[in-house]
Amino acid sequence: MIITEPKPEEEIKGYLEGFNKIFIIGCGSCATKCETGGEEQVKAMAETLRSWGKEVTGWAVPEECCDYRFLRRDVIRPHKETLEAADAVLVMACGSGVQAVAEVTGKLVVPALNTVFIGVTERLRNFHERCRACGDCLLFYTGGICPVARCAKGLLNGPCGGQANGKCEATQWQTDCAWVLIYERLKEQGRLDLFLKPRLPKDWSAWSKPRERVWR
Amino acid sequence: MAEKPVYSLFMKNLRAGKFVYTGEAEPHKTTDISDLIESFKALKGYVIAINVTDNPTAYAYISSLVASYLIQRETGIEAIYQVTCRDRNRLAITSDLLGAYALGIRNVLALTGDHPCVGDNPQAKPVFDLDSTTLLYLIRRMVDEGVDLAGNKIEHPPKFHVGIAANPNADPIEPELLKIERKVSLGAEFIQTQCIYDIEVAKAFLKEAERWKIPVLIGITPFKSVGMMKYMIQYVPGIKVPKEIQERIIEAKKRGGKEAVYEENIEIFTEMIKELKRTTRLAGCHMMAVGFEWIVPKIIERVEGGRPSYIEAL
Repeated sequence: MIITEPKPEEEIKGYLEGFNKIFIIGCGSCATKCETGGEEQVKAMAETLRSWGKEVTGWAVPEECCDYRFLRRDVIRPHKETLEAADAVLVMACGSGVQAVAEVTGKLVVPALNTVFIGVTERLRNFHERCRACGDCLLFYTGGICPVARCAKGLLNGPCGGQANGKCEATQWQTDCAWVLIYERLKEQGRLDLFLKPRLPKDWSAWSKPRERVWR
Repeated sequence: MAEKPVYSLFMKNLRAGKFVYTGEAEPHKTTDISDLIESFKALKGYVIAINVTDNPTAYAYISSLVASYLIQRETGIEAIYQVTCRDRNRLAITSDLLGAYALGIRNVLALTGDHPCVGDNPQAKPVFDLDSTTLLYLIRRMVDEGVDLAGNKIEHPPKFHVGIAANPNADPIEPELLKIERKVSLGAEFIQTQCIYDIEVAKAFLKEAERWKIPVLIGITPFKSVGMMKYMIQYVPGIKVPKEIQERIIEAKKRGGKEAVYEENIEIFTEMIKELKRTTRLAGCHMMAVGFEWIVPKIIERVEGGRPSYIEAL
């Protein structure tokens, strides 16, 4: 899931300066689960905007904000007039959602959230980063623990000198050293040969330019 | 087995089984390192080479390549050019290494580098395109095969001796040892360790290191003051300073102020190095006395009973 968090209200207020009629779009998927762009948060945002003297022309929470098809079905068709009447659209979704809204509606968009990472949900409001979408998955070699996402330096051959007692210096010792976790996991599985094997420099070419996949 | 080629005095002395000392120069955020150079001139004949740090603890300082060149040229002591992966990708590192060889540098220490968040520009985007292991692999390919990482041919390939760092204080130690083994399998030629104060930690590490069959220099960092000792204990990950050493330093301070602290340092590390020379296969010591380099010859003289007898020509 894509983890998002709200931008500070003052920042949003600044973006909306000069715009009076606002349409709000949330997201029925990740941002709903994150409680950052679900129906409840969209309604609360509408109240906030009114308290700033704005007119909320309408709002919608599409099934997924990053999917053009849901945007057409859940936003454009049912809310055509109120959407058109707005000076700006405040989007409470991840960065992909904001851009999808810009592309599909052609409206001026204002992001209300920061997109922070691709993560897992441990329980409500507890998310942890697990994947950096590097485009060349190496989880087989690392006991199912990703060093690209979970090592602060993204090292392929850790641990580094910044670990002590299995904790990471870069997070002020708040998170586990991914490479100590990998060591423990592979040891448990009797696969320390994988740990010992040097991993050669990663081919970042699959990652380093804009990506798309169009299958026919 | 064919004799491995030797490109530096540092390696020549190690191969000949000489007990060697290296120093550590930490150039700062400045364009003038003449004071640093002056302080190292006094170490000529005592240290066989000087490590030159690359933006240590992620502080943006004068380039370690430039400083390595200047120190080597002005002091006549070989540099061990430290290269980290934090600030440069494989392109930049490749070109710096080519430049380093052109400038006469023959020893490189391949490091990962501290995370920018502990440094003086914590907003920086970390690079880490390579890590210490893959950097070592790059250098081996440049030296052994005359190509870069992508296999592109180098005209006049460089010849370096490449070393690695090790942290004998690491807890847990097993993944650290396996990591070193990885690098030895790729062709690391020497090891310089983080500072060690607990002689038992040093002995245990040196015992492990025997199977790698490459020279190990242990890190020695004397305490400039009681405050510095307390800082190291509190903030440097994994540093263990035995109670006895702490007490000796504190006692010395009470007894005779900072002069007595210096003298106690010389005593403590002389005892430690002598004991390790006697009981282990230690190849040398890496003396990190940043800011009070003058203490290094004093320790060495007391251990060796004079200047070490180095081979002075390639």
